[in-house]
Formats: sequence, structure tokens, C-alpha cells
Amino acid sequence: MASVAAAANDPQPKGKTPSVIALDDLSVSFGGRPILKGLRGELRGRAIGLLGPNGAGKTTLIHTLLGFHPPSSGTARIFGSDIRGEANQIRSLIGYMPERDSFIAKMSCVHFVRFMAELSGLPPAAALERAHEALFFVGLGEARYRNLDTFSLGMKQLAKLAQAIVHGPRLIFLDEPTNGLDPPARQRMIKMVREIRDSGQADIVLSSHLLRDVEECCEEILILKEGRLVVYCNLEDERKANKKFLMLETRGDLKPFVTAVDSMGCECAVTSDHRLKVILQQGTEIRDLYRVAAETQLQIRRLTYKRDSLEDIFLKAMENGNAGY
Amino acid sequence: MPVIERAYREYQGLKSPEWSRFLIIPRHAYRDVFRSKLFTAYFALSFIFPLLCAILIYLHHNVNALAIMKLNVRDVLPIDAGFFEFYVIFQGITGFFLAMLVGPQQVSRDLTNNALPLYLCRPFSRTEYVVGKMSIVILLLSTITWAPGLLLFLFQSYLEGWSWFSENIWIASAIFLGSLVWILLLALLTQAISAWVKWSVGSRAALLGAFFIPTVFAGIVNQVFETRWGNIFSLYALISNVWAGLFGTFVRQTGQIQESRNGQILREVIMTEPPLWASWFMLFLICAACLWLLSRKVKAYEVVK
Repeated sequence: MASVAAAANDPQPKGKTPSVIALDDLSVSFGGRPILKGLRGELRGRAIGLLGPNGAGKTTLIHTLLGFHPPSSGTARIFGSDIRGEANQIRSLIGYMPERDSFIAKMSCVHFVRFMAELSGLPPAAALERAHEALFFVGLGEARYRNLDTFSLGMKQLAKLAQAIVHGPRLIFLDEPTNGLDPPARQRMIKMVREIRDSGQADIVLSSHLLRDVEECCEEILILKEGRLVVYCNLEDERKANKKFLMLETRGDLKPFVTAVDSMGCECAVTSDHRLKVILQQGTEIRDLYRVAAETQLQIRRLTYKRDSLEDIFLKAMENGNAGY
Repeated sequence: MPVIERAYREYQGLKSPEWSRFLIIPRHAYRDVFRSKLFTAYFALSFIFPLLCAILIYLHHNVNALAIMKLNVRDVLPIDAGFFEFYVIFQGITGFFLAMLVGPQQVSRDLTNNALPLYLCRPFSRTEYVVGKMSIVILLLSTITWAPGLLLFLFQSYLEGWSWFSENIWIASAIFLGSLVWILLLALLTQAISAWVKWSVGSRAALLGAFFIPTVFAGIVNQVFETRWGNIFSLYALISNVWAGLFGTFVRQTGQIQESRNGQILREVIMTEPPLWASWFMLFLICAACLWLLSRKVKAYEVVK
């Protein structure tokens, strides 16, 4: 698992993209109670999933990066601009979709999105044009003249997404974007997030406690636990990193093979007539399995690593999180 | 790009100047405000008094009209500082009710709907938000107070001649400054109340209360202690003193109590208003308190300790 501290010490590795967010010993306290504790790291991914149990500090981190809460110590940089002194410049590059219901009453949806675009600095005519585009993009084209007060929860989520992207930001913070959505609406939301990511024109930070959402959208994950950063890694690399859990497809008599593998100290479970799972122990190599198979006259037709799911990675992080990074 | 293409794209066009962004708030707010027929009707009625004043000024300079009507308006109602002071007071009171219709829902609506993070996650500061919200009241009230007031002054100057203009130019500054102080006070009060009282009817009642309750309290203090210093608690008395000071009609001694028996004076109390600087200072304190109240509430998120 990649250590964030290690990443932070590596100033700008060759071939890597410049950091989107750089956390420099960032701490935040409310009323003397520490919420974020010395976060360090450079986040470079196009889509970063922000994970953690409730109260881990995900939303506080986003709010601090947006300049809503002042850091108690340390700082962070977004596209190289310091959140302490260049908040206005940072905000002009950011789009934010808040977790809670947030809108302006007595406004039609297109008026609301246009208003938000104007506040982001777009001239009125361009703001109106972009508002229409954004609403068609999120799928609210037909409902854009309806009053926001009449929208369902799912439509409000889409309107929130529209106001977050209307000014074409370079970085979009999505705080629990699938909250309260039914499965089809959730799928649509995930699809849109992926489309924005794949357009290559904006980076995304997606905060969620739903692992599936993050798994489907994000390339990198950052896991917080009790205000500490416990994991920051590339999801694909991390999945492949687990080389201990093997799945075997065989032909021949399994019993002697299983007995021999057990005697090597490896855990073994037969799932069907020709399939079994093996967890390698320290000091045991794959070639040992081939040797035992040859000795017991068993054919190994296929051997694959079981890829860790995000849930596995998350649970591991929760178990080992106290060690800190 | 046509809307049917439905793809995400960055914005690379021109941006509006940062200094002017606070004006976006009143521009959008007026769409909603003028949707109310009651408000639009009241706003239109607010121009009747300035129109009457203009007619009066015209009559002052139209000898034929005066002769036909057999009126001597010049002696009955001279166009001087007192005339314009009355104009400022009348339009000030009209403006108070206008502010009561518009102001109290502006911030409370955003707080109720958690809209502040949407404003403040953009290149738009808390100060710009407050100034933008205050501008809703300031711009509206300006159109019915000092702006027509200055037009009346110019109209009178045009009819009366250059010498009247040069001798009375200070009246123009009194109209502008007196109205502006009142407008600023109303804008700050309405926004501060709006930030703390989310129920619009309640916030309107609170605005009325902010004027009438301290005035009653001031009256009681004045009666009990036989003084006029109680007036420093009354917003109405404070602004009246400021206006009187600006138009040169401020008089400190406003009453006298005498107790006498058998023609012999036993006790004599001279009632004097607080000095002008005290009224200005109290208004400044009230404005500062409103700003403090606003700063406590206008935040993206409240931290619950």
C-alpha cells in the first residue's frame, strides 16, 4: 500500500502529472477539538475518491480546501495556489456540489444555475447559455423552467451537479453525489461523473461512504480515519498488489494436492470439483504449488490472483489505520 | 456549443470584473421582488410625494397659476431647508416600509435553504455577499429618497436661479447624506434581523419592534428621569436629530419643567437633547452591532461546538 508520506517526500517525480491537491501537514480544529490531524500528501489523480467512516473528516477536508474553515496549522495547495492566501483564485477554478440540500428558493432551475454561473464570473449572456448546456448535460433539459421547490430529491441532486459544473471548473468536489438517489438515478449520476472524468477537462474529488460509487468512478482513493490519512493509493495498483490470494482451476484428483498444500502451511478451500482457493504463506512461492501439482499428478489449467475489492482495501485500512502514515 | 451535444467543457471566455459581482445579487433579487403586485404598487406610490413636491416648487414660480388659484404658497410653504427636511423625513418613513417589505427575507431565505455554501464556494466573499444583499435595499431606497430629492433641489435651483443654488448647495449634501445614513441603517438592520429571524413575518415584526420598542422605552426614561437623554435609545429620535443637524434645525433645549407655588418657582428643569455627536455615535454603534450580528451568521457552515 502506497504511503502518502513517501509520496509527499517525492517532490515531482518524472512522468507524473503535477499535483492537483497538495496537503502540507494540514490540521483543522473546531473549538480546540482536532478534526483533521496533520494530513500530508500530493493527490494527482483525475478522479480521487475520498473515503472514510462517518465523522472521519471527509467533508471537513473539502470545506477546508474550499476555504470555509481556516486550517489550525499547516496548509494545502490546489493547482499550486495556497488555500490560506489565494482562496479567491482557487475558488474560481473549483466547482462544488454540497452534500446537503442547497438551493435558492423561488427560482426556476435555469435561473438558479445561471445565477451561480454569474457569481463564478461569467457574463450574463454566457452564463445563460452555459446554464442551458449544463442542464441538458445532467438530464434536466425538459425541467429547466420548473421552480426548484417543486423538484424531487433526485432532480435536486442533478441541479446541484449542474451548478457545480456550469462555469467549467478545473476541479470538482462532489460530496456524496448519490445520496438519496434510486438505482437508475444513481447509475446516471455515476455515468455523468465518469463522462466528466473522461473528458480530461476537469479533475474530480468524490467524497462518499458508498464504496461502490468510488469504485466505479475513481482511479485513486484517499481514506481518512479519525482525521488521519490512512491510505492514498491508485485503486488498480492496489487491487493487483495482493499476490497471496490465488484461484486455481485444475483437472485431476484434488485430494492429494489439497493435503500436500495444507502440509505446507497454506490455507486451501475447494469451491467446486475443479476449483480451489489458496492463500500462500510467508516463504511459499507459486512454483511450490506447481511442484506439488506435478508430484500429485494434478493439472493446473488456470492460476489467477484474486484482486482485492475496494471493500477489502477499505477494511484493511480501517484495521491498520491506527498505525498512521 | 449546441445543447444537444451534451458534453462537459471548460469555460474559456471572458469573465466579469470582480468589483462588480456583488451587483449580481440585487439584479436577480429584483426579478423576484417586482413579481409581487403589492410591492410594485407600493413602490409606485412612493413617487407620489416627490411628484407633489415638484408641483409645489413649480407653483412657487408660476405667478399666473398662483394668481388664478388666489394662493400665496410662497409665504405659506417656503422652499427652504425645512421643506427639504420634511421631504427627507416623509420619504424616509416611506422607505422604512419599503425596506420592511423587501429586506427581511433576503438572508433568511438563503440560510433556510443552505444556499450560503453555493455563494461562498465561488470567487465571492462574505463581504461581497453582505454588500450585495444590502444593495437590494440601498438601490431601491435611493430611487425614492435622495435621487428624487436631488432632482427636486436641481429643479428649484433651475427655477430660482444660480444665486439660490450657490447659497443653498449645502441642502443638497444634507439631502444626500441624511438619506444615505437612513438607508444604510435600514439596510444593515433588515439584513441583521433577516440573518437571525428566519420566519419572514417574525423578522418584519422584529424590524417594527426595533423602532417602536426602544422609542417607548426612551419615552419612559425621559418621563421618569425628567430628561431627554432617553432619546439615545430611540432610533427614531436619533435619526431625527441627525437630520435636524444636517438641515440646521437642531435645537438642544426642547422642553422645560417648572413647579411653582404662589408665583414662586420651586423647581425648574431644562430638558436638553443629547448632543449631535451622541446621536451620530449611537447610530455608528448600532451599525457596528448589525455588522457583528451578520458576521456571526453569514458563514458557509456553522460549526457546532
